[in-house]
Amino acid sequence: MPVLSATNLRKSYGELKVVAGVDISIEKGECFGLLGPNGAGKTTTLRLLLGLIEPDAGEIEMLGEPVPKQARRARLRVGVVPQMDNLDPDFTVHENFMTYGRYFGLRDAEIAARIPALLDFAGLTNRADAKIQALSGGMKRRLTLARALVNDPDLIFLDEPTTGLDPQARHLMWQGLRRLLSQGKTIILTTHFMEEAERLCDRLTILDRGHVIATGSPRALIAQHIEPSVMELYGEQVAGWGQQFGDQLCERHEVVGETLFCYSRDGEALTENLKTRPHLRYLHRPANLEDVFLKLTGRDLRD
Amino acid sequence: MTHYFHLPQLSLRFIPVWRRNYLVWRKLAIPSMLGNLADPMLYMLGLGFGLGSLLPDVAGVPYITFLAAGTIAYSTMNSATFEVLYSGFSRMHVQKTWDAIMNTPMTLDDVMLGELTWAASKSLLSGIAILLIIWVMGLQASFWMTLWIIPVVILIGFCFSGMGLVMNAISPSYDFFLYYFTLVITPMVLLCGVFFPVSQLPAWLQTVSSILPLTHAIDLVRPLMLGVTPNQAWLHVLVLLAYGAVGFYLALGLTRRRLLS
Ligand SMILES: Nc1ncnc2c1ncn2[C@@H]1O[C@H](COP(=O)(O)OP(=O)(O)OP(=O)(O)O)[C@@H](O)[C@H]1O
Ligand SMILES: [Mg+2]
Repeated sequence: MPVLSATNLRKSYGELKVVAGVDISIEKGECFGLLGPNGAGKTTTLRLLLGLIEPDAGEIEMLGEPVPKQARRARLRVGVVPQMDNLDPDFTVHENFMTYGRYFGLRDAEIAARIPALLDFAGLTNRADAKIQALSGGMKRRLTLARALVNDPDLIFLDEPTTGLDPQARHLMWQGLRRLLSQGKTIILTTHFMEEAERLCDRLTILDRGHVIATGSPRALIAQHIEPSVMELYGEQVAGWGQQFGDQLCERHEVVGETLFCYSRDGEALTENLKTRPHLRYLHRPANLEDVFLKLTGRDLRD
Repeated sequence: MTHYFHLPQLSLRFIPVWRRNYLVWRKLAIPSMLGNLADPMLYMLGLGFGLGSLLPDVAGVPYITFLAAGTIAYSTMNSATFEVLYSGFSRMHVQKTWDAIMNTPMTLDDVMLGELTWAASKSLLSGIAILLIIWVMGLQASFWMTLWIIPVVILIGFCFSGMGLVMNAISPSYDFFLYYFTLVITPMVLLCGVFFPVSQLPAWLQTVSSILPLTHAIDLVRPLMLGVTPNQAWLHVLVLLAYGAVGFYLALGLTRRRLLS
């Protein structure tokens, strides 16, 4: 039985169909990604799943409870990391844990007993008495995650957990999330980093304008949508090269500004061709999730 | 639209929200109290002695005694109003503290009940602080009678917290609150008998005054200061309860629409 499932979820604001018939099903222990361009409806979907806003249509079941009807009961076993940090700026790290734990009806002694492990998880053991303003962006994000664990949740929602973090902080966050997965917790996260989704997610869904446009494991999605080998060519001459060789050497190619993307089954013939043209700069790489994302959602800006 | 206005679901779950606000306040209690009290106290002492020395008895008592009763009501009103407007708005809109709380098993109803009870508690302190000064100065007619002022202050705090939360629900920014002060709070301070008896006003203004909640608050507090039982006490209690309850109900519906849509 899925830990979280939604069928035909719909939500409109005025004329705008923000969530337009979304189906989601997440199994226990899975890391599930929700991808999509800005404004695709990711945050709105998460808020619907949490029972914070009422859907126009659709059924949701979270941890065996119908949502939004029994959302309160379901949220007892859920942790949430919102898109924007909302730590309590008037409190220290320690006080943030205590206060947040009380919202779950936990007794002070229970919360206090959990704090050392949570501090350790967040890498903030020496910062228990620090003010929130004194923490770096990465620390705040890790604290927000640790705060979401105060009730030892079975299911964790993360809305863009690593946006704005430097590579070090991002890797620390990933380590934390892997630890949670290895403890058997279920995770649903949104992200704009395809690399992050590819590394962490067992399965993911790509949303666009409120519609699900693809679902599957990262590997399956890449295999399904993109040829295995991608060559990126750079420079003013790429358009000319494309006209001459594109159809012959690539299964598919596209020119974006001064870059040509050439997708092929194997890059051999292509590499031979490029060796004879030293003035063309190029990068040969395997197909990735970003290729899928851009193919399915297009390259235009959304807002 | 209408479904946002179902009845409040009240429960003891509000307590952690109340406690959160209390713990923050405790960190800044002394400056916060001073800031809250300096203003009404200076008005009471300055006007009470300064203006009072030029005046004959007002309503049968020295002016400072007359003014002290009004000051309790007005200081309680101000304290509750400031708390739900400025502090409440910063928790709801700026810091997103309410959002954080609602990601847990708490609901908006719990959060707003916590805010209401907290603002009423905080304003109780303001009211009691003025009362302490009154006791120290011996302005009361009967000490025991003035103890009744304490539940009245709680009622006043409830009334103006409920009303203020409506403003909080519809405000786009802090600037908006100025309208509430200019159009509601300041007229009440001037028309409801804080500084002079309502009977000094022209008849039509007396009519306006009679429907304003601060008038009813003062109609309860002033007799108790003077050691007599208020006339029509239940009417005044009901009016204050009604303003607070209707305000809270409206505020909850409007805030549900604002945050949960
Ligand atoms: N309460 C609301 N009222 C009106 N429109 C809203 C509301 N909430 C969201 N929207 C609109 O719905 C659309 C989707 O918003 P949402 O926040 O779900 O997108 P998102 O996929 O999380 O985007 P991002 O990647 O930028 O975080 C946006 O166009 C947004 O303006
Ligand atoms: Mg979002």
